[in-house]
Amino acid sequence: MALPQIKQDATEARLAALDLPSGNWSEAARKDAVSRLRAMGLPHARDEYWKFTRPDTLVQPDAPKAAVLEADETPVFGDVDCLRLVFVDGVFSVEESDDLALEHVSLDRLGDALDIHWAKDVYGVLEARGQTPVHRPLATLNTAFATDGLLIHVTGKAPKPINLVYRHESEGSDAILHHVVKIESGAELTLLENGPAAARFNKCMEVEIADGGVFHHVRAQGRDHERRAATALFTRLGEASVFKSFTLTANGVLTRNECVIELTGDNATAHVAGACMGDGDFHHDDTVFITHDALNCESRQVFKKVLRNGATGVFQGKILVKEGAQKTDGYQISQSLLLDDDSQFLAKPELEIYADDVVCSHGSTSGAIDEEGLFYLRSRGIEEGPATDLLTIAFLAEAVMEIADESLQEKINERVEAWLTRRRG
Amino acid sequence: MLEIKNLHVKLEEEDKQILKGVNLSVEAGKVHAIMGPNGSGKSTLSYVLSGRDGYEVTGGSATIEGEDILEMEPEERAAAGVFLAFQYPVEIPGVGNMTFLRTAVNSQRKARGQEEMSSTEFLKLIREKAKDLKIDADMLKRPVNVGFSGGEKKRNEILQMAMLEPKMCILDETDSGLDVDAMKLVADGVNALRNEGRGFLVITHYQRLLDHIKPDVVHIMSDGRIIKTGGPELALEVEHNGYADIKAEVA
Repeated sequence: MALPQIKQDATEARLAALDLPSGNWSEAARKDAVSRLRAMGLPHARDEYWKFTRPDTLVQPDAPKAAVLEADETPVFGDVDCLRLVFVDGVFSVEESDDLALEHVSLDRLGDALDIHWAKDVYGVLEARGQTPVHRPLATLNTAFATDGLLIHVTGKAPKPINLVYRHESEGSDAILHHVVKIESGAELTLLENGPAAARFNKCMEVEIADGGVFHHVRAQGRDHERRAATALFTRLGEASVFKSFTLTANGVLTRNECVIELTGDNATAHVAGACMGDGDFHHDDTVFITHDALNCESRQVFKKVLRNGATGVFQGKILVKEGAQKTDGYQISQSLLLDDDSQFLAKPELEIYADDVVCSHGSTSGAIDEEGLFYLRSRGIEEGPATDLLTIAFLAEAVMEIADESLQEKINERVEAWLTRRRG
Repeated sequence: MLEIKNLHVKLEEEDKQILKGVNLSVEAGKVHAIMGPNGSGKSTLSYVLSGRDGYEVTGGSATIEGEDILEMEPEERAAAGVFLAFQYPVEIPGVGNMTFLRTAVNSQRKARGQEEMSSTEFLKLIREKAKDLKIDADMLKRPVNVGFSGGEKKRNEILQMAMLEPKMCILDETDSGLDVDAMKLVADGVNALRNEGRGFLVITHYQRLLDHIKPDVVHIMSDGRIIKTGGPELALEVEHNGYADIKAEVA
């Protein structure tokens, strides 16, 4: 089917503003991505999965400007012992980063990697698999035009987490980063990400997890009010492997976080969770697609959004259980806490099940602060403001507790508390 | 301590008068009990005194040490010394019991112009008080009332009371849902808090709690009013004859 003219024009306009990096192992994947992108077109407001989130500012050739927030607190994972790798407006900073060396891990920059590289089997591959049945054109654009990123090959238990720090320094920066992670059989990595990255950030991460591999992912997306981000995480899980991802989003005028998970080995576990806090001009979209294609796998989606002063939250989550994926245990919850009448939460939970011996549950709620709880706290002498904050932290807790490491939970909770305190003035 | 004069209260949402002229005076150092059948207005009285939404005071007054509390926010009443032990303590997932209590203690201290309690000081105090109520470290760490048994919830209420050291304690059917052992533990906790400067208002259906928390004065409430006041023997009379006799006698 031919692409509508309006889509074709928008896609060509965007392509015209970009240069295709060439000359290394990724070239074939990039060229393939360009042709796939031309066939599907960039997102348009009429697309089924873009009805709740306007894609125009993510698609237009130039990034809308975003003011840079003066740093007034230490980075969220600043005192965690990790290998720290820094990107400034989407460019890897050799000076500010630790050496690319960590036991049981090989690390390369996307552009530096040699011609024959393990990442060839993953780069653009998981992204392409994740295009069915729903197109994710911004990720395809990313595969084609990513200017930087890391290739992380984990062959054993990494001795400490890798922390990717994304700094935003230029008002008009437009960053396209693509990371590839491969967790070998029995290997384990914790990846931490924080920071706003750029005025407009397109990030794609592909994570291949072999049998028995473990991948923990915790990110905080930064507080810059005007920044925009479209991120996509594609993962494929082997037998008895574990994938756990958590995202905290505070502020940001527009965020679209997509997560596409394929459970292809038996007894695998995938948890994806998010907590977001929006005040005023804030639009946050979590779009998740989980495919169960093996026996006895477990998946959990836990998304919580606190919204006030006209903020908007979106959740589109789907669990697809393929024929034969028996004993699947799927859980999905999306909830919003609306602190006023102006804010809104739009949710589209979906289940599609072709196996007969599965347990899948889903729920979605929108509500105000719990009056009973508020009175209880106030009757103990806690003022209404701090009492509301405590209940807000309580509301987000189910998502935050999805983080396996308690000290990282603590880091995230500190950010939540700081955000709430700033808002009370 | 607590002075209630001709208190009239209706529901905010509907035209229903619940309290129809309550007069009650609880002196410092005394334990008053209010007994009465279902729907007599006992729990409403406790909520109105602690400042819960949904009620409208249509007449009368309530003061603590001469200070009008009815116009105050719930947290101001707490700082002024009012404490309500809830009939159904609220579960607050995600907020640790200890965090909750420390926030409460320090909020009240701040409201009264006192210095906040340091964490070491607080820890020492809470460990001591928790031990008396057989509340273990795990219960202190867990989210407020989440997964607590009925008895644990009520003991947790008493722990809060012990930490906040209120002037006027109101216990709303603290015996409900407790077995004899749990009730005794709770009653011991309450008795340990009895002193010269503190007043208690114990609301209950049954006389059995009053075997353990011995009241100085017993009031019978019916249809929004206190219809009879007497000594501890009044509670026994209710136990033997029910409320019907008293209602008939007063009518």
